[in-house]
Amino acid sequence: MFPAPIQKASPAAQLGYKLVLPIALILWLLPLIGVAVTSVRPASDLAAGNYFGVPSSFAGFENYSAVFRNSPIGWYILNSFKVTIPTVIGAVAISCLTGFALATYKFKGNLVLFFLFVAGNFIPFQILMVPVRDMTLKMGLYDTVMGLVLFHVAFQTGFCTLFMRNFIKGLPFALIESARVEGVSEWKIFRHIVLPLMRPAIAALSVLIFTFVWNDYFWATVLVQSQTAMPVTAGLYSLNGQWVAAWHLVSAGSIVAALPPVAMFFLMQRHFIAGLTLGATKG
Amino acid sequence: MSNNAPATPGFWKKHQQGLAPWLFLLPGLIMFVVYVVLPIFQSIWISFYDWDGLGPKTWIGLGNYEELLGDEAFYVSLKNNLLWLVLYLLAIPMGLAVALFLNQTVTGIRLYKSLFFFPFVISQVVVGLIFTWFYAPNFGLFSALLKELTGLDFAVLADERFVTFGIIVAGLWPQTAYCMILYLTGLNNINPEQVEAARMDGAKGWSLLWHIILPQLAPASFIAMVVTIIGALRSFDLVSIMTAGGPYGSSRVLSFYMYEQALSEYGFRMGYGASIAVVLFLIMMVFITLFIVRMLSQERNA
Repeated sequence: MFPAPIQKASPAAQLGYKLVLPIALILWLLPLIGVAVTSVRPASDLAAGNYFGVPSSFAGFENYSAVFRNSPIGWYILNSFKVTIPTVIGAVAISCLTGFALATYKFKGNLVLFFLFVAGNFIPFQILMVPVRDMTLKMGLYDTVMGLVLFHVAFQTGFCTLFMRNFIKGLPFALIESARVEGVSEWKIFRHIVLPLMRPAIAALSVLIFTFVWNDYFWATVLVQSQTAMPVTAGLYSLNGQWVAAWHLVSAGSIVAALPPVAMFFLMQRHFIAGLTLGATKG
Repeated sequence: MSNNAPATPGFWKKHQQGLAPWLFLLPGLIMFVVYVVLPIFQSIWISFYDWDGLGPKTWIGLGNYEELLGDEAFYVSLKNNLLWLVLYLLAIPMGLAVALFLNQTVTGIRLYKSLFFFPFVISQVVVGLIFTWFYAPNFGLFSALLKELTGLDFAVLADERFVTFGIIVAGLWPQTAYCMILYLTGLNNINPEQVEAARMDGAKGWSLLWHIILPQLAPASFIAMVVTIIGALRSFDLVSIMTAGGPYGSSRVLSFYMYEQALSEYGFRMGYGASIAVVLFLIMMVFITLFIVRMLSQERNA
């Protein structure tokens, strides 16, 4: 283990480490803590110049309910779910298939296709912006949830394929080989042998894609214009324009918008971290 | 289920092995080609036209690129992109440092690791808003600290000299968290015997880190490098949220300038925007090619 376990150090060093930990954490999260505290600060505090002190009273309930009452943020959150959940299902399902194809068959162009998916995943969004927006308009899907979902599914397929292919590569190939010898059809091999083994990869990837898509801002501004389909990232930005200097509301709104991916992360922590590292390294 | 051979027609039976991969690939490949591969070529094509997005396109050849060469704002964006690229790389050693700091087994360390990772999980829109507030003159926490410590008082995001640095710092926050988690997993997979053997030989501290640990962390470093370089060149959200390119366009980056030209109140110059996107794309292709060459050689060795 590196660095050497702190248990081997002197008692003073151990105590020092345990003291430094929370201090470092507070410093690291200082901007976030500031926003969290501001979100429960009464508006009168801000008017009186009490920006950093202890809030004069707990106004969390007022602020958060004001955010939901006076702004369409609830609607934006609903839109975000309507975009994110179908995208996760679509991209993960599609990439189970592509990952299986690229991991278990030897055919001409296999590696070329694999690296096409990998490279596509790294390109700048701007090179896609004009044509994708144009295409979405022509399909009549501009300013709809469906338009966003289709694009996200397609784009996330790149990363998901990389992830799934590497994961399946790590599975024992003998299992597939012997099924083939027995004459089991390719679809049945996928459906009954490989897919059940992919459960951990599916969980990890789902959490990851949920976070990526929930947090997308660029496409939310390019493919959506009105409130009807606007996800919470773009919505929060437009609300920020309305709530000039109402920092207690901006803060509360930010916390609300950040909550779903954060909750997801804490619930599925193990999968999330497995996902981040497994996809990019070898499975 | 293997005993009753299905009565499949001869053609399918004979070609199943050859056709199956393509059938499995079909849905993904169609989506990816339509939404990702083709639009790249369309963008390159559009960059040779003068087009407002609605009316007829006018072929102007390299006209957009010639205009770029004389465009002051383009150079500002390019310079800022370079700044992003260089400074963003700091996230890698910083992430490693945090990972080394947290790689202990004391009570509650798991929660600490999770909380340190927090900034990466929340949206860049929220990160941008948080830092806008953090930097805000008069009542922002950063401005207050700065005033307390140095007596200086200025608005980071309204000052052409500091604005890009201010935004990059905001970006480094989640990016460091990302690199940290990559390194924490890497440290977890380190061969303990090698470390012990090196310790027996008297290696410790920096020399142990440099000669034994870092080489073993090479895969983590490679991924950290990939995601950080790509992240730096893709930076859009923070610029858009925190300054919208201002003041006076001094914090623009290529991705934002492209968006501004093609889709904002400054006019719908799709062709010109596309040419900026092509330049950014070519810059990124240099790095993407390097990454792929390396991944390919790993693939061949495996």
